[in-house]
Amino acid sequence: MATPLPPLRRGTLLLLLAILVGVLASAARADLVISKAERRVDLTSYIVRVLASLKVENVGPDPVSQVLLAFPNIQAKNLAAIRAFGSEGKLKGQSIVLPIEVVQPSGAPPELTFFSALLPKPLEKGKTLHLDVLTVFTHSLQPFPEEITQAEAQLVVYQDSAHYLSPYPVKTQTLTIRLPGGRVESYTRQNAKLVDSELKYGPFQDLPPFSYSPVIVHFENNNPFAVAKEVVREIEISHWGNVQITEHYNIIHGGARLKGEFSRIDYQSRPYVRGVSSFRHLIARLPPRAHSIYYRDEIGNISTSHLWGDSKKTQLEIEPRFPLFGGWQTTFTIGYGLPLQDFVFTSDGKRFLNITFGSPMEEILIEKLIVKVVLPEGSKDIEASVPFPIKQWQEVIFQDDWSVVQVKYSHLDIVGRPVVVLEKPDVIPEHNLYFQVYYRFSNISLLREPMMLITGFFLLFVACIAYMRTDMSISKNSPSYLAKLQWDEVQATVQKIQGIFEQYLAVHDKLEGSLRDLSRTGDTQTCKAARKAADAQFKELSKELKPLLTSLQSSPQSYQIWPKVEDLIAKEREMQEKLMTRHSTVVDSFEKKLRGQDVENRIGQQQQKIAALRQEVESLLEYISEI
Amino acid sequence: MATTALEFLPAPLRSLRLKTKQQELLLRVSTLALIYVLAFIVRLFSVLRYESMIHEFDPYFNYRTTLFLTEHGYSEFWNWFDFESWYPLGRVVGGTLFPGLMVTAAILYRFLRALSFAVHIREVCVLTAPFFAANTTLVAYAFGREIWDSGAGLVAAALIAICPGYISRSVAGSYDNEGVAIFALLLTFYLFVRAVNTGSLAWSLASAFGYFYMVSAWGGYVFIINLVPLYVLVLLVTGRYSQRLYVAYNCMYVLGMLLAMQIRFVGFQHVQSGEHMAAMGVFFLLQACISVSNASPAVCLISAIAASATMKNLTTLIRTKTKSPQAASGKTTGSKAAAKGAVDQSLPFQQNAAIALLLGAFYMLSRYAIHCTWVTSEAYSSPSIVLAARGHNGGRVIFDDYREAYYWLRQNTPPDAKIMSWWDYGYQITAMGNRTVIVDNNTWNNTHIATVGRAMSSYEDEAYEIMQSLDVNYVLVVFGGVTGYSSDDINKFLWMVRIGGGVFPVIKEPDYLVNGEYRVDKGAAPKMLNCLMYKLCYYRFGELTTEYGKPPGYDRVRGVEIGNKDIKLEYLEEAFTTSNWIVRIYKCTLLRLHRLSTLYLVPPARNARLEVAIALG
Repeated sequence: MATPLPPLRRGTLLLLLAILVGVLASAARADLVISKAERRVDLTSYIVRVLASLKVENVGPDPVSQVLLAFPNIQAKNLAAIRAFGSEGKLKGQSIVLPIEVVQPSGAPPELTFFSALLPKPLEKGKTLHLDVLTVFTHSLQPFPEEITQAEAQLVVYQDSAHYLSPYPVKTQTLTIRLPGGRVESYTRQNAKLVDSELKYGPFQDLPPFSYSPVIVHFENNNPFAVAKEVVREIEISHWGNVQITEHYNIIHGGARLKGEFSRIDYQSRPYVRGVSSFRHLIARLPPRAHSIYYRDEIGNISTSHLWGDSKKTQLEIEPRFPLFGGWQTTFTIGYGLPLQDFVFTSDGKRFLNITFGSPMEEILIEKLIVKVVLPEGSKDIEASVPFPIKQWQEVIFQDDWSVVQVKYSHLDIVGRPVVVLEKPDVIPEHNLYFQVYYRFSNISLLREPMMLITGFFLLFVACIAYMRTDMSISKNSPSYLAKLQWDEVQATVQKIQGIFEQYLAVHDKLEGSLRDLSRTGDTQTCKAARKAADAQFKELSKELKPLLTSLQSSPQSYQIWPKVEDLIAKEREMQEKLMTRHSTVVDSFEKKLRGQDVENRIGQQQQKIAALRQEVESLLEYISEI
Repeated sequence: MATTALEFLPAPLRSLRLKTKQQELLLRVSTLALIYVLAFIVRLFSVLRYESMIHEFDPYFNYRTTLFLTEHGYSEFWNWFDFESWYPLGRVVGGTLFPGLMVTAAILYRFLRALSFAVHIREVCVLTAPFFAANTTLVAYAFGREIWDSGAGLVAAALIAICPGYISRSVAGSYDNEGVAIFALLLTFYLFVRAVNTGSLAWSLASAFGYFYMVSAWGGYVFIINLVPLYVLVLLVTGRYSQRLYVAYNCMYVLGMLLAMQIRFVGFQHVQSGEHMAAMGVFFLLQACISVSNASPAVCLISAIAASATMKNLTTLIRTKTKSPQAASGKTTGSKAAAKGAVDQSLPFQQNAAIALLLGAFYMLSRYAIHCTWVTSEAYSSPSIVLAARGHNGGRVIFDDYREAYYWLRQNTPPDAKIMSWWDYGYQITAMGNRTVIVDNNTWNNTHIATVGRAMSSYEDEAYEIMQSLDVNYVLVVFGGVTGYSSDDINKFLWMVRIGGGVFPVIKEPDYLVNGEYRVDKGAAPKMLNCLMYKLCYYRFGELTTEYGKPPGYDRVRGVEIGNKDIKLEYLEEAFTTSNWIVRIYKCTLLRLHRLSTLYLVPPARNARLEVAIALG
């Protein structure tokens, strides 16, 4: 090996080997034989995916209902997902997903972890089973060296066994490792063949159970080592038509740490050479018809993001504020809304949410994912169904006590919204499966919040009306209160006086009208009658006016208004007089049959005075009304 | 006419017809409501054009303290000792600020939360200033009505709603003391005038509380405490003393003073009258000289009264003129011509002139409104954290370098890291970067600032020694040479030299100048070319081509090719530079510490002085 490995790791390997040799003796586990094992290891990403295609044969006398899969503990602790697909028969047919559980067979060494794939029906004697086992490992690529400069490429080490570790004998097997391309620093050369970026080990023939032959590959891998320390994904359902998703990320570059300077000029001039190990953007595949997308962090909006969308998906490319080098971290939040009808359905009177579990980010490892499903206020009978084991609990978030660190925002809530919290460590894109949350919710509860608002505003208006209509003063004898009462009285009186004056003016108009009729018809009798009627009306109005005036005069609050009113009365009197004289003059002239010209001459001056007076009276009335 | 149209309506509907008074009330209330809304939304341009964020420098401190207040409660806020600023001295925050703004925002926040509106405190802070500006229009209306009539009140409200001087202090995101203080100022004036007019104890009590609010919100309260006595004095001199005045002033002054003393930052200053008065006088002068915007509400009111009075006179003139022909037409045909002639004879051109003037006034007011809106959207809405420029193709280019750098500090430096920068960026670094700074915008300790100025203007080795004594881990500089952003540290550098030299005579301004000229190119002074600030700004800048057709290392702000292109850093290393080079952060390498202590001998005298300075600070 060109690059020496850290001594500790080598030690554990040797130890493991020794144990395995011991295990060999007690190998005769069952009557299964693996006639052919092909393993493909994909190392192009930070997440390691191993697909093992096994051909299992039952050579024993009894039917077998489970197949054991073994992993050394150091691998098993990084195992994020395991899935098995099986199909029976000589040829590969329709394969079905097999349930998998952790088992601890008797006599098994503690250094190994066993999983058992349960067959739908026992494998009869002499039958063959095709079994595809997909395993996904995290944290299996160790950066080495652990610290690099900005310009250096990132090298990582991968360890595995060239032989398929199995409790059954394996007749023939191969191992293929796919590398991302680029430099391969070193690899275990025994039985190995490197073609392009594919490393092949084997084929190996007739190996006993628990064969183990360590291989180590040390190679360049500059793919984004995006690790989310924690992601909180909040799904809030509103039955007004929206599913709001908010995701908080805390992302770190999990690869080799940056040592020394970060030079912007180097990074700017040749970003793919000087800064090759860094990454500057992440891609999220959101569901179609996602809307109101935002991307921000604790100090505000981040303007570097791009969005494309079609009917199949919405693709969001986000760029953190700065490129992430090894060991650097950043936090941000993305949020988007989804149409309710795409994700919430009803069955048997229950509603259920059907949405993917993991984050929409591509090729990201989430060390701790917390999914919170916030159901509408008033939901009952809540249960969640998730296709893999998780930690789950429920909580009702009440309105938090005015603190800034709010767990959950919820407008106009009274009892709080029930929240289903699902937590899972080591989440990879393979966990992006649909899960369901069932609950009961009645549509009437929808109207609660609008009704609350309506009631609130209604009460506000009622309160306003009540306030305006009630007398709130404490003391009924205080001078200011009395003054206010008097003022109200004065105002009422003044209004009445105004009414009377308007009547006066109406009578004036009537008189004018009678004159006009006279000039048209020449009927002096009706005109005289009109004058008499007007006289009577004037008298009546004066009678009405008298008590009002005395009460106004006696009020202490009228000091401002009284002179004006007096003035008004004087003007009105004068105008009445003038009108009357003019009236008699015109009637007189008509009786004497004078010419129109002469009449005009006789009344011209009066006419002007009356117009001036009328204007004065009107302006005085207006002035009073403004007070 | 509307009235004639109404006559055709059926009788029940006609009874719905409003009386003139009611019409007027409806019109007044709806105008006022429109002004209120206008005052609020005209200030939202900044949110529209940028985003809902806190602006500039001081508002970041206010935001940070408000956050603290809402998180930790009032008593802890009152006793808050802030370790994150003025390292190693710290700052007694509770005793060195006007808490009115923060308390207002916190109360608004709690109120909204109590109504179960789940808002974030940031949104409350961003919208506090526009909200109070809208409230100011109401006070302006009441004030205008109190001293003239409701028409003047409306015009005053409208003018104050769009007054550019006020808008510049109260756009959304400008979370500063003036935002609420101008409201408090006008409110106090209004309440006091009201108290004098009515002689009511209740109103003068209210004005005392208004004054207390003003004192708690802004140092500009001395504006009131000088103006109110002045007003009283003028009343006395003109012989308009009355019992009402006596009641109003006595109650307001005594209570107001007692209340004002409850603000820790003011305290007994308020009663040490002579000293306070002198300070007041100076402050008043400064106030009048420096910020026109603060005096603008008064100007607004006066102009409002003038404008509304003019308009009113003109409209009445027109109204009488339009009325009289109508009246004349109602008369007998015979007398019609004569009457008309008489009216026209008495006032030949007045009506036309009045219409022309009114149109002119209307035109000018509408131009003013348009201008104010434009100025608000263009000039006053920039948050100055995010810079916007026009790109080559006319598109908008955003420079978000400040937040890039602050967020990098927040995420990728140890939580206890100490950042040294010029004081302008102190509040922003503590609020957005969440890291300890040496100096910040609360420039209470000149020696400390001078120490930083000295470090920036010294050679790297000397500067390193100063930085070691201050426990500095990172140095942050702002540099505009790549983008052409002119308010950068090189342009501020002479101030650092002057302030540094003011306390430490080793720093001499002429050392950085050539024949009294400030240059950064080949002809610059040698000390300039090798001082820390120059090195940090221009480190590796000589390799960069900034403009087509110019040599590498062409500074786009100063318009010259820099003089020192071969900068080597010994004690610092580049830690981060933002994408447009506006903020550059350097890390102090600790490895050289040992070498320094053995090889580098500090002249004892200077060292002693430095320590004294720090101890004093």
